[in-house]
Amino acid sequence: MTATSANKRPFRWHIAIFLAPAVLVYTAIMIMPLFGTLQLALFRNVSQSQVFVGLDNFRTLFGDPNWSVNFWNALRNNVWFFIIHMLVQNPIGVVLAALLSSPKLRFSAFYRTAIFIPTILSFVIVGFAWKLILSPLWGVAPNLLDLIGLKSFFTPWLGKEEYALTTLGLISVWQFIGIPMMLIYAAMLSIPDEVIEAAECDGVTGMAQFWKIKLPLILPAIGIISILTFVGNFNAFDLIYSAQGALAGPNYSTDILGTFLYRAFFGFQLQVGDPNMGAAIATMMFLIILVGVCIYLFLIQTRLRRYQF
Amino acid sequence: MNTKLLTAILLGSSVLCSAGAAFAQDATLTIESWRNDDLAIWQDKLIPAFEAKNPGIKVVFSPSAPTEYNAALNAKLDAGSAGDIITCRPFDASLDLYTKGKLADLTSLPGMENFSDVAKSAWTTDDGKATFCVPMASVIHGFIYNKDAFDKLGITPPATEEEFFAALDKIKADGTYIPMAMGTKDLWEAATMGYQNIGPNYWQGEEGRLALLKGEQKLTDAQWVEPYATLAKWKPYLGDGFEAQTYPDSQNLFTLGRAAIYPAGSWEISVFNTQAQFKMGAFPPPVRKAGDTCYISDHTDIGIGLNAASKNPDAAKTFLSWVASPEFAEIYANALPGFFSLNSTPVKMADPLAQEFVSWRDKCKSTIRSTYQILSRGTPNLENETWVESANVINGTDTPEVAAKKLQDGLDSWYKPAK
Repeated sequence: MTATSANKRPFRWHIAIFLAPAVLVYTAIMIMPLFGTLQLALFRNVSQSQVFVGLDNFRTLFGDPNWSVNFWNALRNNVWFFIIHMLVQNPIGVVLAALLSSPKLRFSAFYRTAIFIPTILSFVIVGFAWKLILSPLWGVAPNLLDLIGLKSFFTPWLGKEEYALTTLGLISVWQFIGIPMMLIYAAMLSIPDEVIEAAECDGVTGMAQFWKIKLPLILPAIGIISILTFVGNFNAFDLIYSAQGALAGPNYSTDILGTFLYRAFFGFQLQVGDPNMGAAIATMMFLIILVGVCIYLFLIQTRLRRYQF
Repeated sequence: MNTKLLTAILLGSSVLCSAGAAFAQDATLTIESWRNDDLAIWQDKLIPAFEAKNPGIKVVFSPSAPTEYNAALNAKLDAGSAGDIITCRPFDASLDLYTKGKLADLTSLPGMENFSDVAKSAWTTDDGKATFCVPMASVIHGFIYNKDAFDKLGITPPATEEEFFAALDKIKADGTYIPMAMGTKDLWEAATMGYQNIGPNYWQGEEGRLALLKGEQKLTDAQWVEPYATLAKWKPYLGDGFEAQTYPDSQNLFTLGRAAIYPAGSWEISVFNTQAQFKMGAFPPPVRKAGDTCYISDHTDIGIGLNAASKNPDAAKTFLSWVASPEFAEIYANALPGFFSLNSTPVKMADPLAQEFVSWRDKCKSTIRSTYQILSRGTPNLENETWVESANVINGTDTPEVAAKKLQDGLDSWYKPAK
C-alpha cells in the first residue's frame, strides 16, 4: 500500500520551482560571496598572483602587533558599542512601547511615527546632521545647553577620545530606537485582554502587572531584538564612516570592525588595499556573529518559555 | 513613436560618428584625467593653443570622476581602450603602472630638462634612473592671513617662529579673531597643513627627507620631533572645540572673517578668492631663527604621461613636450591659481596671492611631503599614522616624543632602508 502510493506520487516539481527564485537569488548574492570571502582569506597576493597560504593571514592578524593591536581595539570598541545599545536602546524601546500601548495615551499614532522616522533616514544624513548639531562652532547643542545653564557641560564630544564612541553609540540609539519599540509594541498588542483582565481580577495592576504579566510575555520579542542588535552592531560601519571618516578618529577611538575592515580591504589615502587581509577580518566578523547567534539560539531561545493562548 | 524616434537618433548618431572617424585622418590624442573640474580650461584654452601650433594633431580631453579614476584607468589599460595620454597620480599609483609596462619611459623626452629632480621625484623610479610622467603642477604650503585683521592689530607677517607666536598672542589678547583656523577632527589637517607645512624648516627639506629614506635619520631624531613640539604649542590658539572642527569648518571660519590665520595649501586660493570678503595675504612657514634658510613644501600633485600602447606615440610625444614647455605652464598656472607649474622657467601669474606663494620658490628651498615617497608602502601606513599622531599631539593625547616613537616603530616594522 505504502509502496504503491509512493510510486503514484510524482516528484513534486512545483516545490522546487517555487523555491528556485529565492534560492537562486540568495545563493548568487549572499552565499557565493560569503564563501568567496572565506576563500579569499586563505590566499595572499605574491608577485601579482594569488597563492594559497592556509591560515597565514590569520596568523598575521593575531600575531603581528601592527594588525592585532588594531583588531583588538576595534573589537573592544565594537563590544562597547553593543553594550550601549543593549543598555540604552532596548530598555528605552521597551518603555516607549509600554507607554504607547497604554490605552490612556492620546496622539499615540503621532508619537509612534515621530519616534520611528529616524530609522528610515539615511546614515549619511544622520551622521551629517548630528555632526552639525554637536558642532562647537555652528551647532545648536552649545546654545541649547546655554539656555538651561549647563554650558559648562559642553565639550566637542565627537572630537574627544574618551567621549566620541559613546556619543556615536547614542546617536545610533537615537536612530534605531524605533525598531525595538515597534517589535515590542506589536508583542504587547498581541497579549490577549483575557490575561490582563484575569490579572486585574487577581489584583495585579500597574507596575506589578508590567513586571509580572507583560514582561514575561514579551521576553521572546526582546530576545529577537537583542540578536538583531548584536548582528547590526557587529556589522556597523556607515555611521562611523560618515561621522568620523575611515580613520575613525580621534586616535582610532571610534574604530570598529567595519571601519577596520574597510581600511584593510579598500585601502585609504596612500594605504593600498589588501583584499586578502580584508577578507581575513571579514571572516573574523562572520565567526563572531555566528558564535553570538549560536549562543542565542541554543542557550537562550530554547529556554525561553512560550505561552499559547 | 518614442522608440522609433530613439532608434532613429541612435542610428543617425552612430552613422555620424563613424563618418567623423573616417574623415579624421589626423592623429587624435585622447587624454585620460581625473580633473573633470578642468574640462573647460582644457577645451577653451589649452587644447586650442596646442592645436594652433601643431596642425594635424587633434586632442580630446576625456576626464572621469576623481574617485573612480584609478580603478577606471586600470581597467581601460588592461582592456587596451585607454587614451594615448594618461594623467599621472603622484608616486606609487603611477610607479605601479610603469613597472607593469603600461606607461612609457619619458626620460629622454625633449622638454624634460625644464624640470628639477624634486619636481620629477613623484614620477621617477626608486633608483632615479627613469622618469615616466611630465610634472604638471604642485601645491605649496604656507599660511594665508586676513590682511584687514593684521592691519587693524598692527601685525606684520611674521618671518620667524618667535614673531609668529608673538602675533598669535597679540590676536588672542585682542579677542576679536580666533588666532588660527584649524581643527583636528579630520586628522589630515593637522598632518598636512600642520606637520608637513612647518616641518621642512626643521628637517631641512630634501636633505632630511632623503636621509630618512636612506635610514640615516629617524623620526625620533630632534629635527623630526621638534615640529611636533611646535604643533603642540598651537593648541591654545585654535578655536573653541577645535577637536570637533572639520576641514570645511576651518575654511568657513576663515572666509567668514572670524579667524586671522589659516594654515593653508595653495589649492585654497581659488576657493578663498570667491568666498572671502576681505583682503588676504600669505607668508611662508616661519623659520626658527632670523637668517635661517627657509624651506617650503612644494608638493608634486599632477603629472602627465604616455600610454605605452598608444597608436600615435610620436604625436603624443609632441604633445607632452609642449606640456613641458613654459607656454603651457603659463596658461595652466593662470587658469588654476594655486596649482603651480613645476617648470623651472618662472611663470607670470596674475593672481596676487598665487604670486606670493610662488615667490617663495626663489628664496626658499623646495621639498615634498616627507611621507609620500616609498615610506607609505607598508603596514602600518606612515601617512595615515602621521595624520593620527599629528592630531594626537595637538589634542595633547600624545607627547611629541611618544608620537615620534610610535611612528618610527611602525616604520621599522617593515621598512629596511638599503644601506
